[in-house]
Amino acid sequence: MREVAIVAFGQSDHVRDSAQTSEVEMLMPVLHDVLRRTGLRTRDIGFTCSGSSDYLAGRAFSFTMALDGVGAWPPISESHVETDGAWALYEAWVKLLTGEADTALVYAYGKSSPGDLREVLTRQLDPYYLAPLWPDSVALAALQAQALIDAGRTDEAELAAIADRDRTAAAAHPHAQRRGPRPAGEYVVAPLRTGDCPPIGDGAAAVILAAGDTARRLAAAQGRRPAWIRGLDHRIEAHSLGVRDLTDSPSTRLAAERAGVFRRPVDTAELHAPFTSQEVVLRDALALDDTVRINPSGGAQAANPVMATGLIRLGEAADRIQRGDSDRALAHATSGPCLQQNLVAVLEGEA
Amino acid sequence: MAEIRTAPLVVEFPFTRSLGPVQSAFLTGLRERTVLGVRAGDGRVIVPPAEYDPVTAEEIRDLVEVGSAGTVTTWAWNPAPRRGQPLATPFAWVLVRLDGADTALLHALDVPGPESVHTGLRVRIRWAAERTGAITDIACFTPYDGPGSGAEPAAHSGEFADPVTGITTPARLDYTYAPGRAQSRYLRALAGRKTIGERCPSCRKVYVPPRGACPTCGIATDTQVEVGPRGTVTTYCIVNIKARNLDIEVPYVYAHIALDGAGLALHARIGGISYDEVRMGLRVEPVWTGDGTFPDHYRPTGEPDAPYDSYKELI
Ligand SMILES: [Zn+2]
Repeated sequence: MREVAIVAFGQSDHVRDSAQTSEVEMLMPVLHDVLRRTGLRTRDIGFTCSGSSDYLAGRAFSFTMALDGVGAWPPISESHVETDGAWALYEAWVKLLTGEADTALVYAYGKSSPGDLREVLTRQLDPYYLAPLWPDSVALAALQAQALIDAGRTDEAELAAIADRDRTAAAAHPHAQRRGPRPAGEYVVAPLRTGDCPPIGDGAAAVILAAGDTARRLAAAQGRRPAWIRGLDHRIEAHSLGVRDLTDSPSTRLAAERAGVFRRPVDTAELHAPFTSQEVVLRDALALDDTVRINPSGGAQAANPVMATGLIRLGEAADRIQRGDSDRALAHATSGPCLQQNLVAVLEGEA
Repeated sequence: MAEIRTAPLVVEFPFTRSLGPVQSAFLTGLRERTVLGVRAGDGRVIVPPAEYDPVTAEEIRDLVEVGSAGTVTTWAWNPAPRRGQPLATPFAWVLVRLDGADTALLHALDVPGPESVHTGLRVRIRWAAERTGAITDIACFTPYDGPGSGAEPAAHSGEFADPVTGITTPARLDYTYAPGRAQSRYLRALAGRKTIGERCPSCRKVYVPPRGACPTCGIATDTQVEVGPRGTVTTYCIVNIKARNLDIEVPYVYAHIALDGAGLALHARIGGISYDEVRMGLRVEPVWTGDGTFPDHYRPTGEPDAPYDSYKELI
């Protein structure tokens, strides 16, 4: 099988409201950043894949406007997923494995500021039994948090500590929207407080993937090593929330098994847990113990540009490997209510 | 920083879905104050019922009737109800396992405060006064001090008179649209009756209206260039069907117009000429009406037609 690596990662500053810039205006500096680092031009890229959602923008086919930023005319080899960009990375990884391309540009962006994110996310739910009730994203996560508390798996103090750890880690992060600890705050939907919820904001991210010797060359040009993707898999839970055991994530565990997480310990884990309580579920599913550094980037508590947050987890993990701060890292991305879909990657530096 | 342009944008639609046989039986049952579940391959009774087995993905069709009372399996206190949610006063979101079911249904529980709810609480359905065959036929749950029956749920045919075969769920999302820097500059200029394009610093093409990036070079357009006001019709169509909310007599012509100096055509309506006299190469100019912030339409200038070679790259 071909070896594929992440060779560059870039992201925008994440902000509450980016009304000054359109999606493509927000995205372009990030695209140019990863291209500049690798010395590639847009026309050198073998495959381009993006993740975003029309429901955030409130406009059909909004992703086509962002395509202007990658120089898509005359036509390029390109694809789009209507979910987090981590799944766009998965598609690009498969494309590189087939040998049809040697390099891929993967990007994702989300502007939550034009709409009411909690309402917008209700539209991804089952249209027969859930969507007519407009259960918002915080409410569904709170049901999961209460189930964890009832099961004795966590308590509000531990959740506050998770938020504190993430935001402390984010204090020095140049792109974070929320930097440094903040009070747990009032209940949004109990038992979740404002401090358990991610910031709502706008941002973009991009990575460049490359195969084999191309990856080595593009990384070496930056004085860095490639972050090799040793395994990558994504799985989904049963459709109905009431069918699931909300305190567990069998889909994450299965994806991790298939990605090879459990073959050797990881030193770092970037977890996409939009709500603090979801980290409790993920840690158990991934069998992460105290030796693993969780979310050195600050995770989704530092910045949560919906549709890019998962891709950022992969990018942050890869960045640590590229600069030698990690040798084997796990990156996780999620989509949907209560960790509905989960993607797990194992990244390693050159042995 | 120049003024940020924003505008309200409402996306509103009736979400119309047809129902499979199991969903149809369930929602029709709610209309008749009967709750149906479906038996899955592993013997579990799934409520609300699925058309396909959550484990094996096999079609499942064996319906059973479950109770209208049940037990809270988890809950969350919602202090600030939002638009569209089942109750307008603070309430608890609950997952309820109805008596006879093995899975839980999401809904709202009407209680005065969080101290009145806990996992394991017995609750029962409060039916909506008017029921149409929708999940909202359950108005909410209320506390209930009766015991569960523990009986095996009985088989049900799923047959009702006048079954519900589809649902229509109104959906509305409110946005504040912000078009970004390039389009804001364009709109500001247009309000001053000027049309500006933006030039790509690499390939020099002038984009009108500008969207901020050159799709060939993948870089920001950075120089504003006034184009027009006159231009050339590059191609057109004749509109014969009247659009709703549009007070324009048909037939009329909608055209692509390459403004002088622009690297691509924009589109607009052509007026001041009979629809059957419009042609490629026709020279036109914008017509502004009242305090309109964009041209109402374009009309012939009376100049000779532009030669084909002058606009063939812009078609
Ligand atoms: Zn250009």
